[in-house]
Amino acid sequence: MKVMNMVNSINQALGMKLDEDENIVIYGEDSGLEGGVFRVTEGLQEKFGEKRVFDSPLAESAIAGTALGMAVAGLRPVIEMQFSGFAYPAFNQIISHISRFRNRTRGKYPVPMVIRMPYGGSINALEHHSESMEAIWGHIPGLQVVIPSTPHDAKGLLISAIESNDPVIFMEPKRIYRAIKQEVSEEKFIIPLGKANILSRGEDLTIVSYGAMIREVQKAVVMAKQKNIGVELIDLRSIYPIDRETIAESVKKTGRLLVVNEEPSSFGVGAEIISIVNEEAFLHLEAPPTRLSGFDTVIPLPMGEHFYQNDPLRIFYEIEKLVNY
Amino acid sequence: MNFKKYDPLKDIMYQVLDKNGNLTLADWDNKLNDMEAKTAYEKMLFARQADIKAVSYQRQGRMYTYPPNLGQEAIAVAAGMVIRDEDWLVPAFRELGTYLAKGMSLKEYFLYFRGHEDSLIFKNAKNFLPFSVPIASQLLHAVGIGYAIKYKEEKDKVVFTFVGDGGTSEGDFHEAMNFAAVWKVPVIFIVQNNQFAISVPFNKQTASVNIAAKSVAYGMPGIKVDGNDIFAMYDAVQTTADYAGKGNGPVLIEALTFRAGAHTTSDDPSKYRTKEEEDNWAAKDPLLRLKKYLQGKDLWNAKEENALLDQYDLEIERQFEEAENYPTTTLDEVFDYHYEELPEELNRQKVAYKKFLNWKETRK
Ligand SMILES: Cc1ncc(C[n+]2csc(CCOP(=O)(O)OP(=O)(O)O)c2C)c(N)n1
Ligand SMILES: [Mg+2]
Repeated sequence: MKVMNMVNSINQALGMKLDEDENIVIYGEDSGLEGGVFRVTEGLQEKFGEKRVFDSPLAESAIAGTALGMAVAGLRPVIEMQFSGFAYPAFNQIISHISRFRNRTRGKYPVPMVIRMPYGGSINALEHHSESMEAIWGHIPGLQVVIPSTPHDAKGLLISAIESNDPVIFMEPKRIYRAIKQEVSEEKFIIPLGKANILSRGEDLTIVSYGAMIREVQKAVVMAKQKNIGVELIDLRSIYPIDRETIAESVKKTGRLLVVNEEPSSFGVGAEIISIVNEEAFLHLEAPPTRLSGFDTVIPLPMGEHFYQNDPLRIFYEIEKLVNY
Repeated sequence: MNFKKYDPLKDIMYQVLDKNGNLTLADWDNKLNDMEAKTAYEKMLFARQADIKAVSYQRQGRMYTYPPNLGQEAIAVAAGMVIRDEDWLVPAFRELGTYLAKGMSLKEYFLYFRGHEDSLIFKNAKNFLPFSVPIASQLLHAVGIGYAIKYKEEKDKVVFTFVGDGGTSEGDFHEAMNFAAVWKVPVIFIVQNNQFAISVPFNKQTASVNIAAKSVAYGMPGIKVDGNDIFAMYDAVQTTADYAGKGNGPVLIEALTFRAGAHTTSDDPSKYRTKEEEDNWAAKDPLLRLKKYLQGKDLWNAKEENALLDQYDLEIERQFEEAENYPTTTLDEVFDYHYEELPEELNRQKVAYKKFLNWKETRK
């Protein structure tokens, strides 16, 4: 065990897989020599050479499209989009090819590839650096979408993602890249994709959340506890495939659901989870399943971002409303 | 200048003033006379001073991440001396000198890097689009504006658009060049080749001899210009503006320069380049060489410069204070500009948030 932040643990997962599988290559803008703008790939080029860990020219579409070529020819690329907000030039490659190639070729050409991208807000950044658009990726058939919330989870989930024979969008909550430190095993371990994690047990309300919002929710859970409200907190871990069963079982018990995330509210992951609850736990409901996301607005620039981002008090306010419904 | 003489495939760079402040060409077009040369220097000095102070404000925690312009001032100032009110400016984000010429206030600039929504209006500027953070995406907008100019037969208007060396790798760059040439629109593409895209050096960005050469395949003129030479830059921009304004179609200018500062205030260049490289380029600094030229003609002295810097500091500080005292963003401002009329759903979300704020008040 070693105390690590998420940057360290992702770096370790990448290094471990590079060591283990010679077909893995890592590239992206500034990913080589510099180790990425967040230093997530730091030291990997030095250790594994420029053939395997390198800087690409500045073109997201090319990064994704070439990775598909590599993947069908036997490599396992782990590519980086510098920020999720700059992944959109690659959108065509991802939605038109990467996500479909296995199906289109009836399994002849699977696309084992991981697309890493830091996402999420509250970092006082310029426009396009704070987005939380996981629903866009979750909506594309053929993709898996993963979001870790701790250094430990990031390592185990990333190893699973790299070992998966299908493409994974791996979204890293940059707000907590360095903010959370915990003991993480230095051994190899995996956390399965598609399985949620129950972080705390409670009888009164289920909260489903993920990424950097988990930490905010946990503070709200403490506030709720002081009011004798027991919250069951589920860390979704995978946006797709989504863990229907864990969500349904919990809400059958608590009768109440709150989804907390950073995405724009409409047509999002929140809506999906509410659908699941309606389909699976309808007769158990004691309050309307509710989402607490951002607004249907562009993420405000730093001076106004606090309105958009949910803090513990805002989450607690929704908890109380649902319990008193 | 006769840009046909500077064949990009032969990698000949257009230069008028060398790094020692000596003229390397006896005769050239669009000369700046002594007064104009002095004015150019003053503009560069102001842009540099504002930029240096911006970096220090960021260091003091009074601004968020900021991309310095240090070392690239001649390019933006030259374009600023050519661009007129009626011309369009479609910026990237590292061209302070042109923004000032176009009518942006420093206050607005500071507001942007302090995270205010109101910063990109450029209240007193005409035909000036907001900064574009997604690299190279703006170039296509410039081409569309060029089409509209042609469509409306707005004689001699031109569009100036900027991108960096890294940006020339994006598909949008190539698509913009191709459309511009096919449509023969009055767009001047200025590539600030400052040798780096964050940490990635030019030779990892492209295998072309230079960026100007990329114009050849698209069927438009391209010229490589010494971007640290204000005389060459001014001549190149003025000549191409005349050329494009007369209906001859687009032009690509590669302005060779060096990003003397960090990529942004969050970046540490010592990870990816040597002190030697930095020193080498520092000797070619655009202000330094123009100053040498002016001093050689007895048009400039240290006393004058210091007096000006004092005056500039006051002006910059005044505008920064205005930015610091600017009212913070309100909840309404977060919502109200997305649509001509606020959709009911957005209003519902706003009202829900206001209810939360009321509840928060009652808790106190
Ligand atoms: C589409 C897109 N991808 C990535 C980024 C992140 N990014 C910001 S600036 C930059 C490098 C730009 O280099 P260059 O075009 O040479 O301009 P310079 O910064 O040197 O002025 C990168 C990769 C971005 N803003 N937009
Ligand atoms: Mg550059």
